[in-house]
Formats: sequence, C-alpha cells, structure tokens
Amino acid sequence: MSLAPDPIKRALNGGAPAAAEPLIFEVSRPGRRAVAQSPLATVAVALPAALKRKTPAALPQVSELQAVRHFTRLSQLNFSIDTHFYPLGSCTMKYNPRACNTLAMLPQFLGRHPLAPESHSQGFLACMYELQEILKDVTGMAGVSLTPMAGAQGEFAGVAMIRAYHQARKDEARTEILVPDAAHGTNPATATMLGMKVREIPTDAQGDVDVEALKAVVGPQTAGIMLTNPSTLGVFERNIKLIAQIVHEAGGLLYYDGANLNAILGEVRPGDMGFDVIHMNLHKTFSTPHGGGGPGAGAVGVSERLRPFMPIPVVGKAGDAYKWLDERDLPQSIGRLSTFMGNAGVLLRAYIYARLLGREGMHRVAEFATLNANYLQTRLRERGFDLAFPTRRASHEFIVTLKRQKQAIDLTATDIAKRLLDYGFHAPTVYFPLLVPECLLIEPTETEDKETLDSFVEALCAIWEEAKQDIAFVKGAPYTMPVRRLDDVRAARQLNLRYQPG
Amino acid sequence: MPFIPHTETDIREMLAVIGAPNTDALFSEIPAELRCKGLKQVPPGLAEMDVSRLMRARAATDGTLINFCGAGAYEHHIPAAVWEITTRGEFYSAYTPYQAEASQGTLQLLYEYQTMMCALTGMEVSNASMYDGASALAESLLMAVRANAVNASGKVLLPQALHPYYREVVQAVTHAQGLRMTPVPYDVHSGTTAVEAYSQFYGIAPTAVVIAQPNFFGRLEDVDAITDWAHAQGALVVALVNPVSLALLKPPGEWGAKGADICVGDGQPLGAPLSSGGPYFGFLTAKQALVRQMPGRIIGRTVDLDGRPGYALTLQAREQHIRRSKATSNICTNQGLLVTAATIHMSLLGADGLERVAAHSMHNTAALITALTAIKGVEAVFSGSGFHEAVLRLPKAVAPVLEALAAQNILGGFDLSRHFPELGHALLVCATETRSADDIAAYAAALRAALA
Ligand SMILES: Cc1ncc(COP(=O)(O)O)c(C=O)c1O
Repeated sequence: MSLAPDPIKRALNGGAPAAAEPLIFEVSRPGRRAVAQSPLATVAVALPAALKRKTPAALPQVSELQAVRHFTRLSQLNFSIDTHFYPLGSCTMKYNPRACNTLAMLPQFLGRHPLAPESHSQGFLACMYELQEILKDVTGMAGVSLTPMAGAQGEFAGVAMIRAYHQARKDEARTEILVPDAAHGTNPATATMLGMKVREIPTDAQGDVDVEALKAVVGPQTAGIMLTNPSTLGVFERNIKLIAQIVHEAGGLLYYDGANLNAILGEVRPGDMGFDVIHMNLHKTFSTPHGGGGPGAGAVGVSERLRPFMPIPVVGKAGDAYKWLDERDLPQSIGRLSTFMGNAGVLLRAYIYARLLGREGMHRVAEFATLNANYLQTRLRERGFDLAFPTRRASHEFIVTLKRQKQAIDLTATDIAKRLLDYGFHAPTVYFPLLVPECLLIEPTETEDKETLDSFVEALCAIWEEAKQDIAFVKGAPYTMPVRRLDDVRAARQLNLRYQPG
Repeated sequence: MPFIPHTETDIREMLAVIGAPNTDALFSEIPAELRCKGLKQVPPGLAEMDVSRLMRARAATDGTLINFCGAGAYEHHIPAAVWEITTRGEFYSAYTPYQAEASQGTLQLLYEYQTMMCALTGMEVSNASMYDGASALAESLLMAVRANAVNASGKVLLPQALHPYYREVVQAVTHAQGLRMTPVPYDVHSGTTAVEAYSQFYGIAPTAVVIAQPNFFGRLEDVDAITDWAHAQGALVVALVNPVSLALLKPPGEWGAKGADICVGDGQPLGAPLSSGGPYFGFLTAKQALVRQMPGRIIGRTVDLDGRPGYALTLQAREQHIRRSKATSNICTNQGLLVTAATIHMSLLGADGLERVAAHSMHNTAALITALTAIKGVEAVFSGSGFHEAVLRLPKAVAPVLEALAAQNILGGFDLSRHFPELGHALLVCATETRSADDIAAYAAALRAALA
C-alpha cells in the first residue's frame, strides 16, 4: 500500500528523506587510483602462467577523497548509539565509551602479532589474565576462556563442553538439550551443530519455565538445559533453584546464555544460581561496540567440573609471568575455535571498560538498567499500553504487546517500529520472543537519561494516536529515512546480491 | 557514576512513578539467598586518565617487534582513512541492520563488500562475513555436506600443508556432525600437494576437497588439476585463499574446467591490524546454486514503496532466528566492523594497489630468503614457486634462535618443528611490503649472530 504522506505531518516529523548515495562502483572510473596508498614503484614477479590472474578484479577505481566522502556519507545513513536512542531488546545498546576504543588501538596493541613470544607479550597477557579473573568474579564461575568470538560461538563452546563432560564419564546416551520456547534462535541452532537433539519446554502464563513440563521430560537422555536468566521475556526466572535441582538430579548440566547479564551484573551470579557453564556477550554487557553486526566476544565461564574442557588457548600465570595454556596443559579441551585467541581487540575494550567501572560500577549497571526499564514500563502502562507480563517486575527489559491494537485498528509491531524511526528513535526488537504476539522487546539500558525515556513514551503515544486517525499513514512509514519501507519479499525472490554493471 | 546520567532528583522521581521505595526493591523477584554479597576480584573503578596510564604502560612493556612472521596474520600498510572512517560512531556503535531503513549505510556497504569479494574470488555470491578464516573453513565444510547430494559421506580431503590451527578449528567445529577429515600429504621437496596425493584416495567419494592456495608454506598448488580431479569424484571444491594473493593469482572461480564451488579465507590482510589475532573476519563466497546453503548474513538489493533502490538482509529463512534448530549455522553476530574496514581498504587500493602490495610482498620475501640463506647452515627447504611466505631450515633448534632474535627486537617467524617435525629445524618466514631493505639487513645480521 503506497499512500502519499501528508506533507504537514511529514514536515513536522523531520523533513525530506536524505539523498541516496550511489554505489562506489558507479563513481569508479578506469585509471583512477588513490596513488599514495600502495607502494609507488612497480616490481615484476615471476609466476607460472597457468597460476596467474588474467583480468584484474573489478574493484573500485576512485580517488582517496571519493572513497572518504562515499563512506562518510554512507555512515550518515545509519542510526547508531552515538546518534540515536536504540532500545533494541536483548542487544544492550548502551554507550560504548570512546576511551575503550582509543586505548585498545594503541600502536603496540595493534601491531602485536598473535604469535609474538611471551617475552614480548606480558602487557597484553596481563590484561587478558585480569579480564579472566574479573569475569570469574562477576559470574561466580571457576574458570574462564576468552576465545569464543561471539555469543553463538560461546554457546557452541558451552554445549561442546557439556557433551565432552558426559562423554568423558562414558555417559553417552545424553544427547538431548532442553531449551525454553522463548529461547534465542542461536540456542537450538547451536545444539544442532553439536549433533544434539533439541526439545522445547513451554513457558507458563507468568513468564516462568513450566516446571511440571520440565520434570516430565528430563531423564537419562538429558545432556543439559540452556537458559537465559532473566529470560528473553524480560523477567527473572523465579524457580531457578528448583530448575537447577531438577536438571542436576537427572544428571544434566545447566547452560547460562549470558545475553542478559546486564540485568544482574553484580547483583546475582550465574554460578550461585547453579549454572555449570555460561557465555557472556561482552559486546553487550561489557559495552564493546556492535560495529553494525560485529565483532563480538563470547567468553565462557565454567564450574570446576568443566574446567578441563575449556577451549584453548587460555592465559595462565606462573609466578609473575603470564603464559599461554594450550592442549598440553588442557589435554581434554574441546579444542580451538579461532585461529589464534579470538577477538583480542574486543577483549581489550571489555577489559578497559571493566577497569573504568570497577567493583561498584558493575553493580550500578544492573541497578540503573533495571531502574530505567521499570520506569519506562510503568510509564507506558499508565498511558494505556499492554504489558506482556503486567504483574511482573521488569528486568533490564520488558515486553509490550500490541495484540489489542492489531485487532482494533490493524496497528502492528512493524508499523510502530518503522514510524519510530521518523521520530528519531531506533525501534525496539520486534517479533522476538516468538511466543508473544505483536511484541516490542524494549531495553533502554542504564546509560540513557530520564528525558530521553520520557520523549520515547511521548513518541509511542503519538504514533498510536496517529494510527487511530489514519492507519494507512502509519503503515506508509518511515517517511524521513533514506528509503521508505523496503520490499523484503522481492529481495528474497529476485535475488540481487552484487552489483553487475549494464 | 561512570556512564550513568541519573541525578538524585531523577532517581527519586523515577522510583515514585514506579512506586518502589528504592532501587533494591526492583530486584524483589530474585530469591534473597541468591543476591550477590559483593565482588572480590574486581578492583575499584579508575578515571579515564588512570586507565589510560595503565594501558600505555602495558603497551610499552610489549614494545613493537620488526615483524617477519605471517602464518595466518600479515602486516600490511593500512591507509589512514580506513580506521578513521570505520570508527565513526555511526558504523562503530550500530547493531546488525535489522531495521533496514535506519541502516542503509551499513547495508549498502555490505552489498558493496559482497560485490568486491565476488570480483576478487571470481565467485557469484558472498555472505557478509564469518568469524575468521579458520571458522569460515569449518563452516564451508558443513555447507558442503548440506549441498552435496551426490557424495553425502561427510568425508573431506584436507591437505596437510594447511595452517595447523585451521585443522584444529575444523576438527573442533565439525566433528560432532560426523565429518571425517582425511589428510592429504605434501611432497617434502617441493612443499606442494600434487594431484596424485589427492588421487590416491580414488573411490572414497569425498563430500568436499579442500585446496589451499597458497598453502601454509607459501607454496603454489596445481589448482586446476586438483579441482578437475575433485569434480570428477563428485566432490565440491573448497578453495582456501589469501585475498591479497588474488590480485596476482587465478581466482578460485576460474580453477579447472568448472571453478571451485566455495571459496573461504581470512580477510585480515584487507585492512585489519595484527591486533594479537583478532578481530579479523572470515569471508565465504560461492557459486550461485549454493546460496541457500550458505551460513551467515546476506544482503540483497530491493526497492522501497516508492520504487527506489535500497538494501536489506535477505534469505533469512536460512538463519537461526527464523529456522532455529534447522538453521544453516548458529552464527548471529559476525565481524561487521572488520568488513567495513576491508571495504574501505579495497576501495582505496583498488586492483592495481592490491597487485602492488602482493608483488612487493613476494619480492621482499624473495630478498629475505636470499639474505638469510647466505648465512652458513641456513637453507630454503622447498624449491619452486611461492607467494609471500617461505620455509627455512636452520642448523639448530628454532625456539632458542627465535628468542635470541626477539632480544634484538625481531619477530623471526613461526617455528614449524612442533607441527611439522618431518621438516627438521624449520621456520616459516614472511616479509610483506612493509619491510624495508634495512629491516631485512637487520634480520640477517641478528640471525648470523644468533647462529654463530
Ligand atoms: C538471548 C540471546 N542469546 C544469544 C545471542 C547470540 O549472541 P551473538 O549474536 O553474539 O552470537 C543473542 C544476541 O543476539 C541473544 O540476544
């Protein structure tokens, strides 16, 4: 449906869309080049004719200014934390302190080769060792390995360790991983990658795991359960101790998906809740940047019994000297998950962040993330929005469901998400978790001020009002972005995945 | 309070709205006995100035070695503009582009990246990145198993002349799904993997055959013959390549009669600093027919409501957030920011610039070999063509020599004796375009002294 937007409404909400930027290939001209960026002299090299490239790769041919201008302009087409409120639930879009970037990019850190000798790595290794110790403390785990390169790889490491643990005990029938139906998609996908069978556990009406259903399915085939706590529904799993007991008594282990660690940092520790293994999304809780899709870091923490299985390398300490531990030190390790030691530069940023926050700062993260979420939740409820779990406290995030608005005036979560962009706010997470209809998963984070939260409430109310007046107008949003609503079906049906001239 | 904007008044007003006496009450649903009694290992917080002092001191402890080590991580010149633009907040602090209309910058850049990687590798489709080269190789093998309906054995021919850590990652990531690696030996004189080394496995119906070009020793393989042999066996060909080498070398899409089916590698040489091993990024390109088996994000060009072009994540039905336990991979967050750097890097160098970088690197490595083999007892292990790495044999154990070189501020290379004991006291060295004639002379002098 394409309806011409009311020009007045449009002007009120930010004016005309930004101009489109051509593809870099379209500004490219044969023979043009950023001359200073490669060796000036040409050297001839001998290669067998059969192995040589015949035609140069069709890369852009542009001047340095053209490239700089093009990519600077592209950057300006993005929403980001630095430019917009970004309450994307489950993603913890809080301020990424600039000092973390500046200091992680000191020339010696950037120039350090991953295979540099330990004698010339003590500064770097000290940071990594201390980060391991800090993460052990905040999670209550006995060991930490920093190598996984994102949350999903941390999950892979965790389930691989659970598998290795059972196999080492010759308990090989344990091939089933339990996940709540609210779990993030990476949980079941990870279990499958490790050859496990996935069994879903239902959630009860209050947002807790259905304990009776859990009791009914645990058994000698149970390898473990993957839980997020607070769950992806934005509420704390109140029965966690009982769940831990049920799973442990059945011989299974508990995996903690640390995507929501921001909610409990310094307040509750996964190790104390009974978890055997966890991953942390350092690109969430420890505020390393998301970079438009990555890189992340998915450090894993383990209880004593899983320590022998940690992915390598790990940083150890002998006397005053730091050293790498590999398969010679951890012969039962699940092995190596990255070529070297994972996303070292991201780990440095997380370490710097941890040192800036310190002990007190850790616990304030959870305190203020929770304050902001509960404030926003209360304000939205007062203004008539429906909460998915109205009787529950919010954790660091909460869910609004638009089921009623959808039925009454066909206002969907997508509609609100797109129209919010016109109001200068990034959208919350929509349609996740899958079990709440027309859901907005809203995570404000601790670094947002009250005024921003207040204006976000006003924007949501204004959009609802607009929808009551003219739903077609809202369905036409956004109006002020570089493009209007995109045709996803066409993107998938008429695949165009690269530029082909002519 | 670091990074928290709340004033005392804010806190009071917000609690009043919520109807809670204090912030502690907000955690009332958490069983009291689970509440943390206080952290012990986390030191007190520091001001930015103090952390800055600490980090500068740590960095200074490590210093900067003159680097002659490659082995999967290569020091190249990175144009100043690359990271200045990459670390702009709009790229640096954005999430995965789920809201396409508010992420056109990242999405268009990724579409340009996909185009550039297809051009460089001679393939038809590219994803938006994997974690690193090793994990990309592992995922390409899982992809081959899904894609190869003819040979579904899960057997993979994997060359021995492969980075040992890549082999370990492949093992760790794929073994639970029943993939089985068959090592293909290399010739100890040439350092290459002859087609006969592969064809001795005639009849095992491999699902995939991996060809590394250059191989781990920097040697060049007869990619056409191996590709054709693999295709004749019904295998999919996975090319593992160094992206900079492709400025000079035949792209995998043109190998043999039909071209490789999947191409992977580490994108680090395209604008990522060495940075202790990461973040880098893995690239994965393929033939069009395999696109639905690809792991990871893919960006497509489409149109908006007004018919104007725009970019969006596409083919998401492959991915974990839709397909859950049946997804092609569990990957979610990838290495987007490194792809941003690589795209800017490739734009600034162009094919011509990359070719100069590749040629200078080959040239410098050749000069290094000449200088070092002039030292008594030092010899080149392999003969024949290579790219920008080579293997030397020393007259005595490598580890103490590397220590002596490090004391002279030189990172002398990667000691092969643990992973390739059959080569004796072997050392893998590399001199990219960033090494000067003085650097090479300094290495030669230090090595001469260390061996004396
Ligand atoms: C609940 C949850 N689990 C796991 C993940 C996966 O983490 P990553 O994207 O770092 O792989 C995410 C983030 O996307 C998440 O929100």
